[in-house]
Amino acid sequence: MAIIKATNIRKVYQMGDLETVALDGVSFSIDKGEFVAIMGPSGSGKSTLMHILGALDIPTSGSYVLDGHEVSKLTDDELADIRNKKIGFIFQAFNLLPRISALGNVMLPMRYAGIPYEQRIETAKKYLTMVGLENRMGHTSNQLSGGQQQRVAIARGLSMNPAILLADEPTGNIASAQAEEVMKIFQDVNDREGHTIVMITHEPDIAAHSKRIIHVKDGKIISDVKNKQRRIK
Amino acid sequence: MTLKTNREELNSMELLQESLLTLTLNKLRTGLAMLGIVIGIGSVIALISLGQATQQQVANQIQSLGANLLTVSPGGQSTGAVRGAQGSGTTLTLDDANGILTSPQITTIDNVSPETTSRAQVTTGQTNTNVQVIGVTDAYSTVHKTNVSEGTFISKSDVTGLRKVAVVGPQVVTDLFNGEDPIGKTIRINGQTLTIIGVTESKGGTGFLNQDDIVFVPLSTAQKQLFGQNYLSSISVEAKSPDVMEQARDEVGYYLLARHKISDPTQADFSIFSQEDILNTASSVTGTFTALLSGIAAISLLVGGIGIMNIMLVSVTERTREIGLRKALGAKKNIIVSQFLIESVILTLIGGAIGMVIGIIISFAIASLAKLPVVISPEAILLAVGVSGGIGIIFGWYPARRAAGLQPIEALRYE
Repeated sequence: MAIIKATNIRKVYQMGDLETVALDGVSFSIDKGEFVAIMGPSGSGKSTLMHILGALDIPTSGSYVLDGHEVSKLTDDELADIRNKKIGFIFQAFNLLPRISALGNVMLPMRYAGIPYEQRIETAKKYLTMVGLENRMGHTSNQLSGGQQQRVAIARGLSMNPAILLADEPTGNIASAQAEEVMKIFQDVNDREGHTIVMITHEPDIAAHSKRIIHVKDGKIISDVKNKQRRIK
Repeated sequence: MTLKTNREELNSMELLQESLLTLTLNKLRTGLAMLGIVIGIGSVIALISLGQATQQQVANQIQSLGANLLTVSPGGQSTGAVRGAQGSGTTLTLDDANGILTSPQITTIDNVSPETTSRAQVTTGQTNTNVQVIGVTDAYSTVHKTNVSEGTFISKSDVTGLRKVAVVGPQVVTDLFNGEDPIGKTIRINGQTLTIIGVTESKGGTGFLNQDDIVFVPLSTAQKQLFGQNYLSSISVEAKSPDVMEQARDEVGYYLLARHKISDPTQADFSIFSQEDILNTASSVTGTFTALLSGIAAISLLVGGIGIMNIMLVSVTERTREIGLRKALGAKKNIIVSQFLIESVILTLIGGAIGMVIGIIISFAIASLAKLPVVISPEAILLAVGVSGGIGIIFGWYPARRAAGLQPIEALRYE
């Protein structure tokens, strides 16, 4: 069953008289349990695609169905709800709240969902242990390395048990050894837990860890292939 | 349902904790933002309590003149467009005063004190002073609750015997006798030598209300020997109780109208005041001053509020990425709005509390310097809390809306 169904998505930015077409009729679907890498050079429209897939923005036209919900016509607050419940974000710059602990960061989306405090703590501890940070739960982000911060972000992304884990250049800001660790966690949660992962990257090395690679260029999909030479950690 | 309430309580507790954490991060800025509110609330509280203290002091002084006192003054008569000045008339006589006391139609009064007031130079030979000289009967001390600290007050026989005696106020003792015991000594007024038989207790007061800078003489002596006039400056009437003041005023008024053969009350050649009238006039004057001063202080509150708004706007800009992230993770608009509103309300409430304490300290300091009573009204404190909270909401609203309106993509991209 398709967890993501994008049909003929267009996104046009209007700047004065100038129209910029960022996405020009993109259609694809992603099934539950897939691990997809979206690749493309800068300006290809992959960031715009990530924003739409992440319900951070809505398409100019076309339809985007996420886990049975039509997302393209929602209001700001409804989008916030969809992001909270269906999407686990992992950003290039980690985007942890400074000053609060790893545990507090992982608990944040659950707080916005209105989950009781005890349950939040329990869940946050479970996912932090899963990403190997059981001894770092009380650390704030400036006490953690880049790789560790990204692992906190993964735990946060998983905490709501979302329909998809959406990663935007997840290894862009961390050293290569730690990048490998992050990819190993991605493969673990994908293989063992069955989480669907959509990862945007421009690094072929990183994309090589996925099961399927979609290439985007000039706002269009130019190739969509199964990754036969998958790198397994 | 209970679970949901608990959950919301927990959430607001966490929001509160988070806001406090954010505010303590930049202590200098938080302090400066609060300062405007501290100064505003502090000056409002200090000025309100100062105003109320003045009001109360004036009221106390007027009350000390006698709570159920009516004062009949001559004048108040209009001749065409000209209205005679209060107290300048010559229409009240001793017979009027005796008539008020003895008339069977007047049932609500206890005592009547006819009085004649003049200013005169009083000398002892070495020194002299210009004071108020009041001709009185023995009724004066009862009606005005004037007691002597030494000697005796003017008696009935002093009045009938036209005796050359005087009772002086403590200020006169200080001015003329350097505070020495003046009983038995003499003073001269308008060429007449008077023997001092008593000193009144201090009643305090300043300026026109100074009740200590006074010389009392027998009414008959004042009229016939000192000033050569047979009319009265005023008649003080003591009502039986404060409850019958209105009735006493009517009875005395109609009696005097009849005696003076005046049929139209608007043409009366006298006027009657109660202490309450004077009190109301004085309170309305001091009340206006209080309102004026508080109004000026309120402007500093407004400026303080704008300061809060400014700081909150800076804070929104600085935390654009944080807001973007929170929205990306599922924070709805009202969560962001309440987060920023709570911060600004905490700022103004703490500022208001500090301002309140400072305002109260200032009130105590001024009160002890100016020898005023300290009045801290609960209304002023409620006002301070309400106003500072309100300022937090009003001036925090725009920055909070602005934060909540940020688009998550733009906000996350913000450097």
